[in-house]
Amino acid sequence: MYVIVAGGGRVGFGLSQALLANGDEVLCIEKDAQRCAIVAEDLGSASYQGDCCEVSVLEDAGTGRADVFVAVTGDDADNLIACQVAKARFRVPRTVARINDPRNREIFSVLGVDATVNSTDVIMSQIVQEMPSRPLTQVLSLTGTGRELCQVEVTPDSPLLGQEIRLLALPGDSEIILIVEPDQTVRTQVNGLQLEAGQVVLAITREEQEPALREALTGVAPE
Amino acid sequence: MKFLIMGCGRVGSGLARSLADEGHDVTIMDVRQDAFRRLTARFRGNAIIGDGLDSATLQRAGIENADVFVSVTQGDNRNLMAAQVAKHIFKVPRVIARVYDDSRADVFRELGLQTLSSPRFVTSLMRDMIFDESGDTPEDG
Repeated sequence: MYVIVAGGGRVGFGLSQALLANGDEVLCIEKDAQRCAIVAEDLGSASYQGDCCEVSVLEDAGTGRADVFVAVTGDDADNLIACQVAKARFRVPRTVARINDPRNREIFSVLGVDATVNSTDVIMSQIVQEMPSRPLTQVLSLTGTGRELCQVEVTPDSPLLGQEIRLLALPGDSEIILIVEPDQTVRTQVNGLQLEAGQVVLAITREEQEPALREALTGVAPE
Repeated sequence: MKFLIMGCGRVGSGLARSLADEGHDVTIMDVRQDAFRRLTARFRGNAIIGDGLDSATLQRAGIENADVFVSVTQGDNRNLMAAQVAKHIFKVPRVIARVYDDSRADVFRELGLQTLSSPRFVTSLMRDMIFDESGDTPEDG
């Protein structure tokens, strides 16, 4: 499969490496000469310096025979236009764009981009899906740190209701890193928020602090 | 007629001033406050700070009632994206995008978008001036 990767940033570079390792033919197009030189050290002839929205650049890149065109720069407008040029002028059967602003998803779809990927959404939705209704669940063990990522649903019985997150007296070095509001809004800037019933809290804690953390957030003492 | 202009550079501000002088309802947007220095004190339109790629800003600027949308920022891709959002999402009847890259302008013209490729336009005018046998520039003539 011939895949053109537009954008040689962290995502584009990593993706190109993975595709090459997978045996695919890859060309990674990067506009910035300095960045492209770095990418070329690893990718060699699988890298190309140029503006991925220019017709002549895409011609040189052999876009006409590409099976997939992936645009993963940090700029949504660049990703959209690159995919549209690849599709309209070079008839690439599948275009995939990274979007940085989740609100652009519908626009990209209306304008003919075959698929969009939003990294924030991907991470958040996976986390939310993993949330059972148990009072406190370990989501992930942080290898080698002695700590874990856990999630708790705040109940009306929590003794800390109404208090600001940054002022909470949590057990040990436990720390709240993310809050999912009852309406599924995900908040990563948690310090100024108040603790409310119905929120799902993601926290970093240690196994031995788990019971105390659970009690703080749900008011339920462990059996 | 209600006009919405994205980008308050030389072209955007000039267009906004002339349309407003003719009595049209004009709103101009730019991400930078200091871009509006190009509008004179007697400019009777609206100037809004905000990103034309953000649908909420477009709505605040009144895109739902606009008859014409023009994108003239320095970025071809921003102009093309905003113009397509105006045309396909907000159904603005007349949409024009300024594009510096001729080949990119062609691709989107083929997709039904009105684009003005400024280098090509200037080149053509320049040739007219060079080969005008009377020796007069078109403005003089």
